[in-house]
Amino acid sequence: MNLVEFKNVSRSYQLGEVSVTALQDVTLNIPKGAFTALVGPSGSGKTTALNLIGCLDKPSQGEVMVAGQAVSTMNRKQGADFRGEKLGFVFQDFNLLPVLTVFENIEYPLLMIRDMPKHLRHPLVEKVLAAVSMENQADKYPAQLSGGQKQRTAIARALVGNPLLVLADEPTANLDGATAKTVVELMKQMRDEFGTTFVFSTHDPRIMDQAELTFHILDGRLEDAPAKEVTHV
Amino acid sequence: MFKILRLAFKNLSRYKRRTLLTGLLIVVGVVAVIVFSGLSGSFKQAIVGQITDSVLSHLQIHRKGYLASIDNLPLDRMMPSKAFEKLEGLLSGVEEIEAYSPRIKFGAMLSNYSQTTNARLNGIDPEKENRTVPLLASRIKDAAHDDVLLKPGEVLLPEILARGMEIKIGDTVVLVANNKDGSVNGMTFMVAGIVESLMGPGGRDGYLHIDDAASLLRMETPEISELAIRVRDFGSLKAVAEKLNDLTAPLTNKQGGPMFELHTWEQLTPFYNIVRMIDIMTLGIRVILIAVVLISVLNVMMMSVYERVREIGTLAAMGTRPGRIMALFVAEGICLGLGGALAGSAMGAGILWIMNLTGVDVTFGGNNQVFTLAPSIAPTEVALTCLIVLGVSVLASLQPAAKAAGLEPVEALRHV
Repeated sequence: MNLVEFKNVSRSYQLGEVSVTALQDVTLNIPKGAFTALVGPSGSGKTTALNLIGCLDKPSQGEVMVAGQAVSTMNRKQGADFRGEKLGFVFQDFNLLPVLTVFENIEYPLLMIRDMPKHLRHPLVEKVLAAVSMENQADKYPAQLSGGQKQRTAIARALVGNPLLVLADEPTANLDGATAKTVVELMKQMRDEFGTTFVFSTHDPRIMDQAELTFHILDGRLEDAPAKEVTHV
Repeated sequence: MFKILRLAFKNLSRYKRRTLLTGLLIVVGVVAVIVFSGLSGSFKQAIVGQITDSVLSHLQIHRKGYLASIDNLPLDRMMPSKAFEKLEGLLSGVEEIEAYSPRIKFGAMLSNYSQTTNARLNGIDPEKENRTVPLLASRIKDAAHDDVLLKPGEVLLPEILARGMEIKIGDTVVLVANNKDGSVNGMTFMVAGIVESLMGPGGRDGYLHIDDAASLLRMETPEISELAIRVRDFGSLKAVAEKLNDLTAPLTNKQGGPMFELHTWEQLTPFYNIVRMIDIMTLGIRVILIAVVLISVLNVMMMSVYERVREIGTLAAMGTRPGRIMALFVAEGICLGLGGALAGSAMGAGILWIMNLTGVDVTFGGNNQVFTLAPSIAPTEVALTCLIVLGVSVLASLQPAAKAAGLEPVEALRHV
């Protein structure tokens, strides 16, 4: 069963009088549970594809289906609700809220988006904190963490609501090689533990090898068929 | 709601110096409003108290047309005794009236046998006058009697005349007056007190017994220039005035017009304009406070939004609804306004308390009269000031908050 489906998706932007095509006639399917990489050089269209999957953007042409829903037809409020319920995000710059502790950052989606009561949300936060081995850093603020710890926190925040899909845009770009490898292994481990589908963009060859399903994007077009077959569904 | 306020408070603490400076601006504004309101309120109260309780009383009734010529103290526009009796009959049934005092006002020549000058005089019933304007007694220096303002055959002279003519308590003076037919009469009086001058109409008048005034003016039947009335509750003055107007309206003169005219203290003294000016100045200070809060909160919130565009994008990407993003920023404005309003109110109240302990002396009027103010402010006025600050803070936060909520997540995440 496909969790993500792109049907002849194109996305172009108007920059002044110039039309820039970020994605062109892309058709792809990502099965549920896949550990998927969108690979390509900077400006190839990876982030645009992730934005379309994450209902942050709408295609100029074609259709994007996520978990059986056409995300391109959702309005802002529906998009926000869909993201809050079904998706998790991990960013290249971590994007943790600096005024909140590690615990509070992870707690944020449950508290501010799902309005979950304390007795339900605290066990969930503690569970993901333990899963990403950050339980001893729970009271620290992002400024007190290393890059790897920040990204672990961001992964925990993305996973705490038990989403169907986690989208990670260049999650290792700001990390050194060893830390980047650890973070990707952690994501894979989380996929195994929580059954969450991961889709991440990268242009780091050391990381893309970890993916079970890889889509190469170049100049907005999908190159050939998936580079690897899915081994874990 | 609490979780939003908590997060808003944390966000405000992110830029401590900026938040403190903005909060300080609001605190200064609130303190200014509270201290000014407290001072101006007590000043207003002191002026109004002096004017109404020692000269004018709360309201006055004259024969129709008298007030237009009051500066001339006309003797041909006085209330005939029958009309006054009718009026007394009506007033006796009005519970809201605490006391009333009939007055005969006239001009006379005052002589101490060596000098002569003009004087404005009031013929009064000492007991009724004392009940109607209870502070009059406090204005009499070196009074001859403790229990009564004056007795028949005595006169209270205004300080300014007594000083100029070197008249002392116990001296004999002559008052010469024209009656309404133009004939002249003179009588000798003993000076029983010197009346401290006061600003405003009637503030430099002398007093004598109403029976003496009637004799001096050769009135066969006593006529009354004005009836001064004191009401039990000063706050209900307008209602009482309306009631008295209704009661006196049926009393008409020979031409069928109204026999009496009624005026409250506001219509009788130019100091009402000062009172109004104080109110306008208080309003002005409030408007300045509103501007200070509006500009400072708007500035802080706009900067906050521009500095946190990526963060807003992150919140939106995670699924935070636009309405909640807006609420987060409005809550920051509320926290800023509420903190400033509470701190300012506490400081303002503290300053007023200290002023109350020390007392504030204010010199006012041509005679440099000193008022010792006891400034205070009603809790409702403090609450109103806090509500204004809160309301303006919300208003100032709305535009930046709407901007934050309206940001496209994908654009916001791209923001550098």
